[in-house]
Amino acid sequence: MTAKLSSTPVGSAAAQPKPGPDPKRPGEAVFRGLATGAGILILVILALVASFLLIQGGPALFADPAKLATQGYGEFVSWVLPFAFGTVWAALLALLIAVPVAIGIALFISHYAPRKLAQPLGYLIDLLAAVPSVVFGLWGSVVLAPAMLPLFTTLNSSLGFIPLFAGQVSGTGRTILTVAVVLATMILPIITSLCREVFLQAPRLHEEAALALGATRWEMIKMAVLPFARPGMIAAVMLGLGRALGETMAVTMVLSGSRNITLELLTSQNPNTIAATIAQNFAEAFGLKTSQLIAAGLVLFLITLAVNSIARWIVARRAQYSGAN
Amino acid sequence: MSIKPFAVAALVTAAALAFTGCATNEATPAGTGSASGSQTLTGVGASSQKAAQEKWVADFQTKNSSITVNYSPDGSGAGRSAFIAGAAAFAGSDRPFKDEEMGAGKFAGCAADSNALDLPVYISPIAVVYNLDGVTDLALDPATIAGIFAGKITKWNDPAIAATNPKAKLPDLAITAVHRGDDSGTTNNFTDTLNKLAPTVWTEKASDTYPAAFGGEAANGTSGVIQAVTGGAGTIGYADASAAGKLGKASIIVNGKPLQPTADAAASILDHSKTIAGRDANDLAYSLDRTSEGVYPAVLVSYAIVCQTYKDPAVGALVKSYVGYMASADGQKAAAEAAGSAPLSADLQAKVKAALDSVK
Amino acid sequence: MTALSHAITQGSLTSGRLPKFATPVAAVAGAILGFALAVIFGGGNLGLAVLLAYLIFLVAMEIAARVIEGPRQAADRRARHLIVGAFLLALLPLASVIFEVLSKGMARFDIGFFTQSMRNVVGKGGGAVHAIYGTLYVTGMATLISVPIGLLTAIYLAEYGIRNRLSKAITFFVDVMTGVPSIVAGLFAYALMGLLVGPGTRSGFSGSIALSVLMIPVVVRSSEELLRLVPNELREAAYALGVPKWLTIVKVVLPTAISGLVSGVILAIARVIGETAPLLIAAGFTASLNNNLFANPMMTLPVFVFDSYAHPGTDVQAYWDRAWAGALTLILIVMLLNLIGRLIARRFAPKTR
Repeated sequence: MTAKLSSTPVGSAAAQPKPGPDPKRPGEAVFRGLATGAGILILVILALVASFLLIQGGPALFADPAKLATQGYGEFVSWVLPFAFGTVWAALLALLIAVPVAIGIALFISHYAPRKLAQPLGYLIDLLAAVPSVVFGLWGSVVLAPAMLPLFTTLNSSLGFIPLFAGQVSGTGRTILTVAVVLATMILPIITSLCREVFLQAPRLHEEAALALGATRWEMIKMAVLPFARPGMIAAVMLGLGRALGETMAVTMVLSGSRNITLELLTSQNPNTIAATIAQNFAEAFGLKTSQLIAAGLVLFLITLAVNSIARWIVARRAQYSGAN
Repeated sequence: MSIKPFAVAALVTAAALAFTGCATNEATPAGTGSASGSQTLTGVGASSQKAAQEKWVADFQTKNSSITVNYSPDGSGAGRSAFIAGAAAFAGSDRPFKDEEMGAGKFAGCAADSNALDLPVYISPIAVVYNLDGVTDLALDPATIAGIFAGKITKWNDPAIAATNPKAKLPDLAITAVHRGDDSGTTNNFTDTLNKLAPTVWTEKASDTYPAAFGGEAANGTSGVIQAVTGGAGTIGYADASAAGKLGKASIIVNGKPLQPTADAAASILDHSKTIAGRDANDLAYSLDRTSEGVYPAVLVSYAIVCQTYKDPAVGALVKSYVGYMASADGQKAAAEAAGSAPLSADLQAKVKAALDSVK
Repeated sequence: MTALSHAITQGSLTSGRLPKFATPVAAVAGAILGFALAVIFGGGNLGLAVLLAYLIFLVAMEIAARVIEGPRQAADRRARHLIVGAFLLALLPLASVIFEVLSKGMARFDIGFFTQSMRNVVGKGGGAVHAIYGTLYVTGMATLISVPIGLLTAIYLAEYGIRNRLSKAITFFVDVMTGVPSIVAGLFAYALMGLLVGPGTRSGFSGSIALSVLMIPVVVRSSEELLRLVPNELREAAYALGVPKWLTIVKVVLPTAISGLVSGVILAIARVIGETAPLLIAAGFTASLNNNLFANPMMTLPVFVFDSYAHPGTDVQAYWDRAWAGALTLILIVMLLNLIGRLIARRFAPKTR
């Protein structure tokens, strides 16, 4: 009903059912045009980015494999596949670490911490989203990698029969597991701050009703907060995933990357990521090699596109079942 | 509102910083390209030259305060691409242009009938650095080094290592061989050395990309390798000798004599090598001979690439004077102090000077 | 049965509670046991000790709570301990990062660092004033480009194009845009300016374009969410007074959401101000101060930090000290922006009382 009321402003002509562009009010048309134009401009920018990737990467995509073998890095698909795997694998590991912790922190700030503590904590977490990736890279290679080394050796000697922990342990600790921890630390603030916002918006009445019925705090969260927050949480996770997939500098500085597909977490032979491969090799790349790296960028772009489509699909499905809104 | 005074103070500080618009060590705000009398010279290229270029730029700008030289350490490939596109007045490159890449009219910044010139300006030994508790002195023959980096020698107490180091207490520890994960001229020269001196063990040809088949640990850039070697235990790697810092530098045994990566042992390599045949007399692109007596074999030679004739004579004059300083006795000495490079021999300095004199 | 009747006679809400001191006692006991076990079996590894202590504490509390309070209360306690544990675990790397930056950044955090550039400096000395200005110019310009585009798009999505096809497309592609890898944005800006101005053009403005590509989607996303949170009653009240839609948006909707909008923009700035790879490619590298955004390379703080770390000369320590000081400065700039943003938001937010 309210929607209907709003669409017929008092005072405007009754014949006009919707507040569209009014000839007597040029401001309206201009403003609406500006807003629409901005939206279209974004589509244009993205189209430009995509066509840039296609034009510059095209020569490598459509080149003769024999030519690629001599002047490029080798046949395109078999070259890019390990990196594509590494990108997804590192991001997935980072999510596995970050998501439970981030949700824990968000719940702590929204529902457990004393109110006086909650706001500064939220501010602190927001601030950490601003630590530049170079710093995380420095920290990862100087501090974290050596610190992880004893843990890696222990894991390898006691749980080495699990394929994940098998293989020859890296002598420096600069493995994909370390990278996953660094990435997790980087995306933690992003996921946390979005989740916290969503948790805080959970309907108060539902929460109080649950508590009044004798639910413990955890039961209240399970019944009233989490179902409401689920779409928002998925959006937060996807935002973090996007950041993890595209992260360049931190991975470049920490990972001992190579070109192979393996699930082993503790060795020197880790699959490199696409973004790091581009950043590492772009400096020395020349001619067809440059094209090949940009084509790899296109692959990363497509991976992101796919991930986002999946996320949208999940959110849309979930939205139908959740009772929120 | 206890936060306010602090916030106001912070705002004032920020504003003060934002409006002065100058740096105390700069006479006039530089980089205002259109201002009369101030000129900007742009070079793009190898990061290996970065430390030396920094010193050269500083000296050159001190003498010519109206000129700003920007050397962007983007990498050799980026430098060559920028030079071809005319985006850089000169390129720094860890390899000269190949024959098929040369040719009059291929370079946007040069005159239509002008070819490019490859001039060696920076020579630096590549050290085999290691981090092994209790071992301060290590001598390795090329076959052993190749074996280690190819993943065939995996323990520090391997007989091959013990044979050349009878005095060292070698532990029963796994070797972590660290190589460059990014493409680089350092890798190219290092793998070329192994391929030339130990062809039976190092079966891969020289390449900017470290051969994936040999495994090992990858690190990004020279400082990444140094850091990985420093941070690990039982690690070994290769990097520009000047970056080695406190790490041990292994001697390479050539013809029975262990050689440390010193400037002296490296500098003479160009005197024992020949320029690539079939090029302009002023083009000083060398193909390195790494097997000469008393010459440290793992050496990186980095070039400045310039035009024979520039489209814009003003740019040509700037390049001439700047690159001229780089290759002069003073410039080479300054780079040796600031970057730990090996100075060009007097003979070669003269050759580069003669080549530059022909540049218009 | 006896437990139930006991609960009924005593009143189930107050019976069977663990005493208040149980948590700290269990924590201390867990810590002692964990450290002892770590010393005996793990060679005194601190990380192992803390992990063991935490696990022992969890198990002990679980058992105690289950026996005395019942499964529901035990689950509640378990959840609380896991959440607090997650929080403490996350503090560990974050505190470590901050400690590292602070302790190593202070060495060169002096007057010289903020008054000098690196022009003609080799080895010790010098400063980052050229990079600080560069970062402010480049990021400022990127903000000037991104905020109008992003905000207007958000207005279109939230106010005009509700659920039409164009807005659905924009929403989807904005999401895709958040995933554009930063280095691709840099390459794109470099290629674009190469086409428009001339090959190999590197300037602060190219850097701004690269950052804008990364920043716009963040602005759109946060702004759209916040505009949607503005209650419809406010809009309807304005329409009822005969205010046209665009004025309603400008005068009513935007001011209501201003505080959130500003913090969204600040977060977007924070997201891009630390980008290294795109700026290295698009804005280039110089040791001198450049006050002209549209010509010649411009140094920025992240590039300064990365370069000082990656290409030190023979005096490595001097370069590394500058790198850490640069990182510290970058974080402080973001803090300052955050503060300014909050002040602005407070100034313009409608008075609710």
